[in-house]
Amino acid sequence: MRRYVIKRLAQAVGVLWAAYTVSFLVLDFLPGDPVTAMAGAGMDSGQVDPAQLTALRHEYGFDKPVLVQYADYLGKAVRGDFGDSVSTGRPVSSTLADALPQTLQLTGAALLLAVFLGGGLAVLATYTSRRWLRQLLLSLPPLGVSVPTFWVGLLLVESFSFRLHWFAAFGNDGLRGLILPAVTLAVPTGAQVAQVLAKSLLTALDQAYVETARAKGAGRWRIHLRHALRNASLPALTVVGLLVGQLIAGSVVVETVFSRDGLGRVTAAAVTAQDIPLVQGVVVFGALIFVVTNLVVDLVYPLLDPRIVVAPGRKAVAV
Amino acid sequence: MVQAAMTGTPTNTPGTDDDLSTTPSTEPVHPEQGAALEIRGLSVSYRTRGGIVRAVRDVDLDVRPGEVTAVVGESGSGKSTTAHAVTRLLAPNAHIDAGTIRFGRHDLTTLTEAELRTVRGARIGLVPQDPSVSLNPVKRVGEQVAEVLRIHGLATRRSAPAEAIDILNRAGLPDAATRARQYPHELSGGMRQRALIAIALAAGPELIIADEPTSALDVTVQRVILDHLQRLTEELGTAILLVTHDLGVAADRAQRLVVMSQGQVVEAGPTRDVLADPQHAYTRRLLASAPSLATARPRTPVAPPAQTGSTPLVEVRGAVKEFRLPRAGGGSRTLRAVDDVSFTLHRGQTLALVGESGSGKSTTARLVLRLTDATDGHILFDGEDVTTARGAQARHLRRRAQLVYQNPYASLDPRFSIGEVITEPLRAFKVGDRASRLARARDLLDRVALPASTLERRPAELSGGQRQRVAIARALALSPDLVVCDEPVSALDVSVQAQVLDLLAELQADTGVAYLFISHDLAVVRQIAHQVAVMRAGRIVETGAPEDLFTHPRHEYTRELLAAIPGRRDDHDLRTRTA
Repeated sequence: MRRYVIKRLAQAVGVLWAAYTVSFLVLDFLPGDPVTAMAGAGMDSGQVDPAQLTALRHEYGFDKPVLVQYADYLGKAVRGDFGDSVSTGRPVSSTLADALPQTLQLTGAALLLAVFLGGGLAVLATYTSRRWLRQLLLSLPPLGVSVPTFWVGLLLVESFSFRLHWFAAFGNDGLRGLILPAVTLAVPTGAQVAQVLAKSLLTALDQAYVETARAKGAGRWRIHLRHALRNASLPALTVVGLLVGQLIAGSVVVETVFSRDGLGRVTAAAVTAQDIPLVQGVVVFGALIFVVTNLVVDLVYPLLDPRIVVAPGRKAVAV
Repeated sequence: MVQAAMTGTPTNTPGTDDDLSTTPSTEPVHPEQGAALEIRGLSVSYRTRGGIVRAVRDVDLDVRPGEVTAVVGESGSGKSTTAHAVTRLLAPNAHIDAGTIRFGRHDLTTLTEAELRTVRGARIGLVPQDPSVSLNPVKRVGEQVAEVLRIHGLATRRSAPAEAIDILNRAGLPDAATRARQYPHELSGGMRQRALIAIALAAGPELIIADEPTSALDVTVQRVILDHLQRLTEELGTAILLVTHDLGVAADRAQRLVVMSQGQVVEAGPTRDVLADPQHAYTRRLLASAPSLATARPRTPVAPPAQTGSTPLVEVRGAVKEFRLPRAGGGSRTLRAVDDVSFTLHRGQTLALVGESGSGKSTTARLVLRLTDATDGHILFDGEDVTTARGAQARHLRRRAQLVYQNPYASLDPRFSIGEVITEPLRAFKVGDRASRLARARDLLDRVALPASTLERRPAELSGGQRQRVAIARALALSPDLVVCDEPVSALDVSVQAQVLDLLAELQADTGVAYLFISHDLAVVRQIAHQVAVMRAGRIVETGAPEDLFTHPRHEYTRELLAAIPGRRDDHDLRTRTA
């Protein structure tokens, strides 16, 4: 077990390093440099003193060879220092830390909604013996996946804020402000959870052990929840791990649509302003969240399915 | 037709003297007397895309307390559907069209789903077919036994675990307290089947339906399990409905035999009578083709002159194969799957490797085919050392040594036409052009007794026996010197088994191909092999000609294997009957 965790942690570090390196290279290849962008944004005339620019480049280290820059930044990044934002001058790490709680609220709520609504839909759709209801329920997830997030957001704002005045349309106003964006974000995510869980529930219900349970005299509800659901939850769990990444990406759109503060807006702003240190901080931070979630998911597997032994190479013994 | 067969043999009317003599210590389990289960005129059909399939037609069947009634038939005969109809555990597209299933005071065909749930598990237990998939993989074994008690309110949350251990113990699971805490994958197939028997017995049911309870197990395990099931039910006076394709098992265990074919009962009556004097042609055919019963009919082909002078086709010297096991706490361990195995196989001969699962017989065959690397020892093919053959040499070996797999349902690419399946080896070795390859395929199909029209069909359109014929044709496409047959008939019905074995023998006589024949079934081996090597735990414990081995087994384990063959408990009787 310990070996397994250590191995997975090492993999996680590898993924983070790769995320950092790739983002560094991509940003390095982009035309123009942040100092020019910063200078251009600051003054309308475009008349900037070249000496000043050089000084700035020297200050940010942009005049050094790429490899040296890379080593410098990596060394600092390991210690949690991603430098200062070019556009605001504030340290990247504190900018992210300020934005984080809002986004965690949003994505956390969205994830809960997605798991419970998506999971509930899957359980209901596979449980019901009414054909039309099953067909109806099973046709919802593909719909949820295919409609664009911003459109769902606008629709919700239009009906629930502007017409019914139930929820706030904009801002970070507590629970009232949270619900609409969370629902918007949860729709595509929950739809995918529902799709995968419904599929694997149907597969599980077809297995021989379900017949054993029926022969025991177990009722349908017991079979569904106690026998099939746990066996079916594994693929769904894998999807949830992957969807966390999608939630973070989705927060860019949702936070923009609902004018919420958070990581998504920081990201959007940083990209627009070519704020390289900030973009890089966002990329690495997103990777970190993603890696941690999937590590947790991997560690939960053995708890759900005892056959997943956290030791490698349990095959080839069969003769 | 059914009626004729039924009246031709003694039907099972309750109250004959035979009934009294076989019911042990007749404590009247059912005061109302008669059968525990009484099926009359049962018809079941499946609604499929291709229309309505009538799987069971007008079946009558009785099971009495303390007795075993066996339903025997081949796949598709409707025996499983009949058994599952009793507790109405049928596929969603199945429908009971007619008939009554009287159990105690109820007619099970009329009960509601909720009423049925009070019968299932509590009064009728089911022992399913395949222990490897019939237990919930994510629940502890004890929990799964306790669940029966909990569902039917026979134990509290507190008392259930201890009772479950008790029941597991009674089902013959050694060290039940430990096993109860384990998960199904940590148990062997035999232990899992005991756990399933424990589940079936947990609530003390009046009837147990055992659907092919041992066909997925090794013969020796099979015997122990059946013995145990039988003893338990005799003690408790439980009735058993045993569904099996193995006439030998039925002959050993059942007081009554019901033979089914194409959805109908073709013959029914006391086991002894049916076996001694089968009335229906189908029963006679089933009897004749059952390998385990055919002890008086070894088919050993005329042994070709022993070619002691020439080089043997295959020579294995001291082969060893080790697998590394996962580290568990201490240092790394290895498993010796094949341990110092030596044998020779001559052209035109058949060497059978016999043993139970895990004995190393398949690994040995894989070594010969160079599908896996030997840890130690030498393998010579036609005098050439191929132990470490690679590249061109290995490819050359592939051309001369082919393989027929166990499961014809899995070994043919479903997207290929049969023509493509058979010509694939030819294409792989770039033999001939399109036209000549097709001609070869047609010729091969003819040899395995399939019509040429089969070329255009897909594997899904063929039966199991036909598919295995295709697999044999594919193996012969390159005219190999050696064909390794890995349990080639164990997935097939008995009558089909006999045909395929005949075909293999015939092809050998025609082409002089040598077979390395792997099987767990001594009875099958006896019909085809010139030499038999019995393997256990990676070692060959005994070799010899099949007749010697059967009549004078020297090794303890061979004797054990022989004794475990079903259908031999009344050996003399059966021998005289089937002769």
